[in-house]
Amino acid sequence: MAAPSPRRSAAIPNLELVRQLSEAVAVSGDEGAVRRLVVAAITPYVDSVTVDALGSVLAVRRGRGRGRRERVMIAAHMDEIGFMVTGVDGEGALRFETVGGVDDRQWIGKPVWVGPDRVPGVISAAPMHLLNAERRQTVVRLANLRIDIGASSEKQARSWIKIGQRGTFASTLTVLGGARRPVSLRGKALDDRLGVATLIELLQGERLACDLCAAFTVQEEIGLRGAKVAAYAFDPKAAFALDCTPAADLPPGADEGENTRYNSRLGQGPAVYVADGHTVGDRRLLSYLEATAEANGIIAQRRQPGGGGTDAGAIHRSRAGIPSLSLSVPGRYLHGPNAIARVADWRASVDLMRAALTRWPGLRAMRAR
Amino acid sequence: MDLTAHLKTLCATPGMSGHEHPVRDVIAGVWRDLSDEVRVDPLGSLIAIRNGRGRKPRPKIMLAAHMDNIGLMVAGHAGEFLRVSAIGGIDARVMPGQPVTVHGRRDLPGLVVAPPDFLLPSAQRGGVALVPELLIDLGLGAAEVAAQVRVGDVVSFAQPPVALNGGLLASPALDNRASVAAVTVCLEALADRSPVWDVLAVATTQEEVGLYGAQTAAYALAPQLAIAIDVTFGTGPAARDFADRTYELGKGPTIAFGPNLHPVLYKHLSDCAERGGLPYQSEPVAAHSGTDARAIQIAREGVPCALLGIPLRNMHTPVEVVHPQDVYTTGRLMADFIAGLTPDYLGRLARELD
Repeated sequence: MAAPSPRRSAAIPNLELVRQLSEAVAVSGDEGAVRRLVVAAITPYVDSVTVDALGSVLAVRRGRGRGRRERVMIAAHMDEIGFMVTGVDGEGALRFETVGGVDDRQWIGKPVWVGPDRVPGVISAAPMHLLNAERRQTVVRLANLRIDIGASSEKQARSWIKIGQRGTFASTLTVLGGARRPVSLRGKALDDRLGVATLIELLQGERLACDLCAAFTVQEEIGLRGAKVAAYAFDPKAAFALDCTPAADLPPGADEGENTRYNSRLGQGPAVYVADGHTVGDRRLLSYLEATAEANGIIAQRRQPGGGGTDAGAIHRSRAGIPSLSLSVPGRYLHGPNAIARVADWRASVDLMRAALTRWPGLRAMRAR
Repeated sequence: MDLTAHLKTLCATPGMSGHEHPVRDVIAGVWRDLSDEVRVDPLGSLIAIRNGRGRKPRPKIMLAAHMDNIGLMVAGHAGEFLRVSAIGGIDARVMPGQPVTVHGRRDLPGLVVAPPDFLLPSAQRGGVALVPELLIDLGLGAAEVAAQVRVGDVVSFAQPPVALNGGLLASPALDNRASVAAVTVCLEALADRSPVWDVLAVATTQEEVGLYGAQTAAYALAPQLAIAIDVTFGTGPAARDFADRTYELGKGPTIAFGPNLHPVLYKHLSDCAERGGLPYQSEPVAAHSGTDARAIQIAREGVPCALLGIPLRNMHTPVEVVHPQDVYTTGRLMADFIAGLTPDYLGRLARELD
């Protein structure tokens, strides 16, 4: 059966903002570059904006009308996976530790940016011509990977970078399908800059039926730490985490009859979470979101249950408990140098969240179906 | 000429083995102004001829730098994904996550990906996904991919060149565009000198799949001497296990010696570098040089060959690294040597051979 075509958004997606967000470097614990973009984008639109003790941006845009409105928290994490420089060897090459979950196989042979000045580097690979058959098929582990920044000595390398500086893959955003007919986005940190872009758009849009408590969180990739304190500070009635979830919807190999563990699929709309490794999604929010999608002709899919997690994992356990749900844009090859996501899936996630919050009936009016 | 800009242009233009025409056009545009005649041979090699000032028939020296680069070829469709095969030696370890351009009915940006472990053959799970398992994701629907891409379309690496601090350049295809640029430097340096010999600058094809372009060009041109220029293994962070097989970047080209190379020519090139104060390194090649020199040496009745190597890190990855100064030195060394060639040089070469 053919997939239903996603609803076209009336708004032209702000791909220039997504480009800036994707190409900014904001490894967990060092989110300043994205924080600056976020604060600049939202400040004219919000009723309050603060940066909390950990560096998350907390902003409130009050809802429409005068009556009592529920406070609904929406979280999107600013941080991305990357590395921290841990040493310089005697010949000027950099050792590093991974920040967030990155498979060792992702690094070798990729360009990177190091530190706030974006010193360019490449991850070295021994020439295959000099390797025996076994080594050609052996993964080079993190301990043996080095970043080559072109320094000819330890002293020169130390004059360009400092131990403790962060960095990540040097990838620029590419629109697949062309600028006039964007189909997909290829770039780094789509996890979770697409969520960040969505949250910015919600703050910039019409006033909603609830008070929108926006948390652009830090340190999601290393344990949902920003979201934990942001939820405490906001003390909302309900919460959504806007994130990216892996789409492992690749063709089965020769040994596999069918790919049954795809997690989510591109082109099927944003993925709602029934349950992941940290959170059982609130059933009322799940039903409400799915009913909203149906009523508005917005496609959505259910993420396959399993491990993994989002900021919702910290938020739902905050204070006395906060009903929470995750909504993710499916993305292939997340946590690597280049991910791919469908523009239509992302736009559908914007449309779905906007529709849900524009007619927010209050948590007590929602029924789990 | 701005050498780094020239290198970047050469590297950013595709020229997979057997499909060298895009980069050939770029090279021809530059070499045309530096030579008396430019032509393309039946297998696609670009030949630029600079006439010497000696009396006809003049002896000829061939400079051979292969212009082809490694890449991928579309081997099949799998829904919206493409399966691939290798053009030349592909290092599967570095492939996942590399941006590429698929040269279909129009050029399409794409991404090389490895399937997640659960979709890999059990022997490759947690390890390196080999070329037959790799896929290209174009981010488009299956119908559009089928309409735009055919089996046999070629795929180039789309990583743009990156200038590192300290003067190094990182890019795909520096193997062997670095050497093509060295030939450009040589032709430029010869512009205000008048060598006796004819110079045949050749950007050869299909080196990465079997030295074929050099073999046929050497037959057609029948040179009396030849210098092959290629990249060689550079020292670097990942190559420290291979200290005896690697050469430092920024210390000049290697001049190779071994059975593929003429021993007296090796000595004269080394002497020429010494006289000109040009840095060089000596590279022993015990048997098979793996370069165009191996094919040219046995063209027709045989050709005395030399081999210059430009040290390069991360060979056959999209982040190959060279020092542009080595490219420049390589070009200067060839120009100095050619300018010093006398009409009776071949006799001297024969006399000095033990």
